[in-house]
Amino acid sequence: MKFLTLILAFMSLQLFSAEGGPCGHFLSEDGLEEGKCEEFKADHTDKESLQKGAQIFMNYCYGCHSLKYGRYNRVARDLGIPEDLFQENLMFGDQKMGDLMSIGMDQSEAKDWFGVAPPDLTLETALRGTDWVYTYLISFYEDETRPLGVNNKVYQNVAMPNVLRDIQGLQVSTCKQVPKLAANGGLSQDPLSGEVITEEQCGFLQIEQEGEMTAEEFKESMKNLTNFLSYMSDPIKEERKYIGKFVILYLLIFTVLSYLLYREFKKDVH
Amino acid sequence: MQPKPPSNPGRRKFLIAATSIVGTGAVIGAAIPFVTAFNPSEQAKAAGAPAKADISKLTKGEMMLVEWRGIPIYIFRHTEESLTNLNKNLSRLSDPDSEEDQQPDYAKNSNRSRKEEIVVLEAVCTHLSCAPKFYPELGTTDFDSDWQGGFFCPCHGSMFDLAGRVYSGVPAPTNLPVPPHYYESEDVLVIGEDEEVT
Amino acid sequence: MFTRLLNWVDDRFPLTDTFERHLSKYPAPIGQNFWYLAGVLLIVVLVIQLISGIWLLMNYVATTEDAFASIQYIMRDVDYGWIIRYMHTTGSSMFFLLIYLHMFRGLLYGSYQKPRELLWVLGWLTYIILVAEGFTGYVLPWGQMSFWAAQVILSLIGSIPIFGEELLTWIRGDYLISGITLNRLFAFHVVLLPLALIAVVFVHIVALHEVGSNNPEGIDIKKHLDEDGVPLDSVPFFPYDVVKDLFAIGIFLIIFCFIIFFFPDGGGYLIEYINYEEANNLKTPDHIVPAWYYTPYYAMLRAITFPIGPLTAKFLGFVVMGGAMVIIAFVPWLDKSPVKSIRYKGLFSKLALFILVLSFIVLGYLGMVTPNPLRTALAQVFTATYFLYFILMPFYTKYEKCKVVPERIKI
Repeated sequence: MKFLTLILAFMSLQLFSAEGGPCGHFLSEDGLEEGKCEEFKADHTDKESLQKGAQIFMNYCYGCHSLKYGRYNRVARDLGIPEDLFQENLMFGDQKMGDLMSIGMDQSEAKDWFGVAPPDLTLETALRGTDWVYTYLISFYEDETRPLGVNNKVYQNVAMPNVLRDIQGLQVSTCKQVPKLAANGGLSQDPLSGEVITEEQCGFLQIEQEGEMTAEEFKESMKNLTNFLSYMSDPIKEERKYIGKFVILYLLIFTVLSYLLYREFKKDVH
Repeated sequence: MQPKPPSNPGRRKFLIAATSIVGTGAVIGAAIPFVTAFNPSEQAKAAGAPAKADISKLTKGEMMLVEWRGIPIYIFRHTEESLTNLNKNLSRLSDPDSEEDQQPDYAKNSNRSRKEEIVVLEAVCTHLSCAPKFYPELGTTDFDSDWQGGFFCPCHGSMFDLAGRVYSGVPAPTNLPVPPHYYESEDVLVIGEDEEVT
Repeated sequence: MFTRLLNWVDDRFPLTDTFERHLSKYPAPIGQNFWYLAGVLLIVVLVIQLISGIWLLMNYVATTEDAFASIQYIMRDVDYGWIIRYMHTTGSSMFFLLIYLHMFRGLLYGSYQKPRELLWVLGWLTYIILVAEGFTGYVLPWGQMSFWAAQVILSLIGSIPIFGEELLTWIRGDYLISGITLNRLFAFHVVLLPLALIAVVFVHIVALHEVGSNNPEGIDIKKHLDEDGVPLDSVPFFPYDVVKDLFAIGIFLIIFCFIIFFFPDGGGYLIEYINYEEANNLKTPDHIVPAWYYTPYYAMLRAITFPIGPLTAKFLGFVVMGGAMVIIAFVPWLDKSPVKSIRYKGLFSKLALFILVLSFIVLGYLGMVTPNPLRTALAQVFTATYFLYFILMPFYTKYEKCKVVPERIKI
């Protein structure tokens, strides 16, 4: 009987096992899970967050990454930014409000510089999810072994330089003492003193020297940035849900009426 | 099975009517996205955005061409002579006072322009949409013996004066349209909007 | 006035006659249940797909350079283009969901038995056309999944012995999946297959109205007629079934619109996340899965891991996958049971149908996840049971004990 349960347990593990965490080598705060992304849920109704995110994107990312399926005027309108303010602060060069947000950077040149052409980011959060993008953004750390001196926990050996270093500061991958897990999954304790036994674990991210922002401010900014990218990938989301409510309500009325009509006719044949 | 007659015909009538009306409403509602999808898209709107023209280098008696919404726009700067010539052929024009609604209100004057010396015209013949050609020469031309300068349509021979007013006796029925336009500054002309939008 | 116009038309076209024959005097059996709604809903989805498809066609560009961008153009720049596209993507999944329910209904109540064999085969044909339609349509957005799904599925043709490679190149029109391939798949998707689908669906309905609808009891209603020759256990299709269908359409549209407006990606099942990246022939995604409605067959394809004689595993997988679809067409001749409905069939038939459904669902799951030895073994088992349902059908239907079918439908 025990044998059978074991087999069943093994089989269900094999059958339903998760296929590896999506966030590479990113370690959770407590050091227990590797590859699990930090959670971030986008909120497209938070206009302030979207505006701040747009500002960061245009200043730090837009030099290399386009948003080529979106248009400036749409972003200005949806984010509630007046067009002249938008033009002054968020647009460079002689692009027009109605233009697509593509950048002038030559893709083949960019490929020479970074090894890969920086991808367009319009659909990035739709492709990878907001959790992944947010975790990726906070996971750059110093790594001497890399050509650009920087690496990323989520995307190992990423070709992108850490353009956020100025605001984030210097982040490194360090080791620290974490509680050791016992075989039963709980914390293991010293049998004599009762103290929790710890062990050294490596791979934690730590900011060694703050940049223009504090660690908290930086995370907040990256949330705003992710929020903005999420908006870019699905700009119609809020309007869609708004219209949806009325459509469903109307169809409910129709369905109730058609049900009554169906019952009315059913009387004839019963 | 032979269906029984309805026990309450009034109720049935009401339900049929109500369901039909709400159902028709649903079909109309479903048609909305399909109908509106035919509107100019954001891409078309962006391409049709107002066009700007730098007229600082446009000398008197010269004409320049800009594109707006895919149509040619003629911008012509009058000379003193051409301004006076505008009045010479009035009797041969079919609508010399621009009664037809072919221009914004601010261009409903003898020069059909916002600024006296600059005329802005959509170069689309009001006959069958060819682009009339610019003929500034005076006197006898291939198509007219007393030409006072203007535009001649090569497709079907319609003639317009330098203010875009149509001659009578040609196929084109009305004057050339004046597009909405305004001067952003002394030298920058914006075509496609009546005034600056803020 | 109206009567005169009607008479005028009737003299030239059988309008009243058609209306009576197919609607107001078409006898619909009483006691038809939930399962009998899938058919009319399929017609609704067909109409939705045709109309939304035509509108997408107005803005889609079938070139490798612009296809992906033109989808985003529809989603962002065309007024309400997003509703139209979501209708089409949701509609395609609904199409398959409903046709699977419709086919299951047929198996459940023996709707393929004499004289409905041809009706079943025509329905099967619409399913095959739909499979092709779904596949070709899947490629058009030219995302990563579009490209690699096309790559994988078309590569199967290359596994055919002797002339497979030549055939593959001929079908692609190139040495890889390229703009040329995209263009021909596009032509199939928007012209050839929809035309074929409409034609076969039309013939399917004509055939249905010739032989009459089945019912959950599997009772032949034409045996007991009233003095006018109308089956006693029937009601006129119009208005009695029509009002029922209207109600069903209402429920369906609520679900449909709920997905469109609140859940258009369907958690990655209706629109795969990987397809948000433009096709790149140099970079295979980590995890390629077909759309959910093909995953049972995909699992069967992957389950064949062993060659037999000179035949490679790849080719055998292709044969098994194709065979799994083709074998469905033969059900009318495999079922030797004297009764139609599962309600009066014996235990073996019930068990077999249960195993078929179970196999299909488990294979559907296995087709979505990455294979490991256990999953492959399970896929092999359930591929076998899937085929056994059909292969053993002549035996278990013949030798099992059936219940006596009543003469009349009771409700």
